[in-house]
Amino acid sequence: MQIMSLFPEWILSHGAASIVVVPLLLAVITALNPSAKLAWATVLGVTALCVFTALGLLLQVMSYGPIHYNMGGWAPPLGIGYYIDGLNAPLLLLISVVAFLCTLYALPSVIAEVEPKKRGPFYAAFLISLAGLLGMVTTADAFNVFVFLEVSSISTYVLVAMGASRDRRALSSSFNYLIMGSIGATFFVIGIGFLYMQTGTLNMMDMARLLQEIGPGDRVVQLAFAFIVIGLGLKLAMFPLHMWLPGAYAYAPSFFTAFLAATATKAALYLLLRFTFTVFDPSWDYIATAVMILLAGMGIAGMVAASLQAIFQNDIRRVLAYSSVAQVGYMLLGIGMATTLGLTAGYLHMINHAIMKGALFIAVGAFWYRFGITQVSDMRGLGKTMPWTMAGFTIAGISLIGVPGTVGFVSKLILVEAAAENGWWWAIGVIVATSILAIIYVGRMIEKAYFKPVPQINDRPVLRNEAPLAMLIPLWVLALASLVFGIQTEWLTSMAEAAAQVLSAGPNTDVPGGAYVLPKVTGGH
Amino acid sequence: MTAIFEHFNFVVVIVLMMTGLFVVFATQNMIKKLVGLSVFQTSVFLLYISLSKVSGGQPPIIAKKDLHGASYPADGGYDAAPDSAYQAAEVLYSNPLPHVLILTAIVVGVATLAIGLALVVRVREVYGTIEDDEINKIDYNENLEGVAR
Repeated sequence: MQIMSLFPEWILSHGAASIVVVPLLLAVITALNPSAKLAWATVLGVTALCVFTALGLLLQVMSYGPIHYNMGGWAPPLGIGYYIDGLNAPLLLLISVVAFLCTLYALPSVIAEVEPKKRGPFYAAFLISLAGLLGMVTTADAFNVFVFLEVSSISTYVLVAMGASRDRRALSSSFNYLIMGSIGATFFVIGIGFLYMQTGTLNMMDMARLLQEIGPGDRVVQLAFAFIVIGLGLKLAMFPLHMWLPGAYAYAPSFFTAFLAATATKAALYLLLRFTFTVFDPSWDYIATAVMILLAGMGIAGMVAASLQAIFQNDIRRVLAYSSVAQVGYMLLGIGMATTLGLTAGYLHMINHAIMKGALFIAVGAFWYRFGITQVSDMRGLGKTMPWTMAGFTIAGISLIGVPGTVGFVSKLILVEAAAENGWWWAIGVIVATSILAIIYVGRMIEKAYFKPVPQINDRPVLRNEAPLAMLIPLWVLALASLVFGIQTEWLTSMAEAAAQVLSAGPNTDVPGGAYVLPKVTGGH
Repeated sequence: MTAIFEHFNFVVVIVLMMTGLFVVFATQNMIKKLVGLSVFQTSVFLLYISLSKVSGGQPPIIAKKDLHGASYPADGGYDAAPDSAYQAAEVLYSNPLPHVLILTAIVVGVATLAIGLALVVRVREVYGTIEDDEINKIDYNENLEGVAR
């Protein structure tokens, strides 16, 4: 491949490890850095490097197939293996790109929202959170997943609480998130413990191989599945377990909200996909039932309930947070169908939702940055006072509704197709109904911004005050992406199809170096 | 009844786990919630550690001599090749891996507890209470009025 020569040798041989290790190591240096500007520049450099590495990995996976990487040269299943295939390579690129754009946006936003002496550690915590998310997505070791899950979660609790200088509710929200998130992670680790009890391995591929030998009848494995689904369900805000999400999204610093909304639940959803479809066997009775009843059922419930709740919120950030829960519902519905088309729709919506929600939260942060606006009722006249920001917000908003020509439409269309293929006609009805609810909650904001007069201060209308360029660039990159990929649908859809193919292929038992035989202890060397 | 005693470790784990979860959900006091969370996490540590015990297994340290009568050459130590009797001896070790995993999980648990306690300190400073229901009441009114402080 010609294009692969663009990437240096180390990305091809050690890209899988370096994308996780580089942010983690530089976080330490950033934390000790006295200058906030320099810390920001470090983060920008690291995220740019992550984008480059992720692109290299994606192209490598697309042209040469899955990458097996042995951490420290120790072969799995004894060593920790990193594994990148069509399922997680696009997600790595997505997380890196969103992190890069959010870092651009962070320069003005963090100056406005975080106290000067806390900015260096703030950026360091962001890098740790990024490293945790990338690690969760890359690793093929079940316990390593738990460690990275907690690495990203703990730094997320800190970052959410940093919003306290702007709004004190950040503290109680962060505490709620900490309690719920820790319970979720602990449930997950209980599940891993049960799997380890039955298989004696932590490598996902080796686990899949041994689970095939154990078969579907084993009670302990069934229990493990239940714990893992509930644990990850808490992390990805599956409908009744989403109570931590609105507060955490609404009161975190706006730069971090954009990053969190676009990536955190996606990484957890990826883990759910990875475990349900490639470690366990989706053709087993109880897993097929759980996927159909639990994931699709909770998806539908979330779509309806969270969309309704979004309509009745006053705070823009809470509207968008409830909308996130509803969008997770769409993804779960697609996954719940368990057909290739349904999985494509779910995976595609995961990528598309990151693009549009990232743009929306960046725009909301810009509203606060210029005018201190957090309430829907205060959006009056924003179409005149911040025309470019509001235009970006509108594009992402109509994409969230699913208007043709935007990314939101593409994934909803595939979802409807998948539902029709499955004969789930009622699901199509729910998709259309919740899209109408989305028109109400997005339209309410757009209507205020464009059709209400500009507010008056001392009998004079508020002057135009556009957001700084560092905020407009990431906003418009994401807004244009949601238009471009809404028209040029081929690229994202083919990636989602590749991911769906990985999932429909069933359990992945491809252990590098073959099956593992317990070595007899002989002493000596 | 014998089933309970045969799986004594699981009984302890389940009791601790449920106690921890119940405390987290039942109490309104943030410190007590964190205590419950810690108990819950500790029960998982016990689960892992108890399953690493192999009955009849010895600690997973390579024994130097006196292993079922076999031994290394007297002057050789670890560098010399073991004799044939040593090689033939079946050695049963307990599984060391869960201990290592739980060492990591303990660090994670400590970090979570530290962050949680730091948050409680800040909540006490800002809200003047650490009762969750009172904070919710204050927050709820703020959400209705839309006043950010």
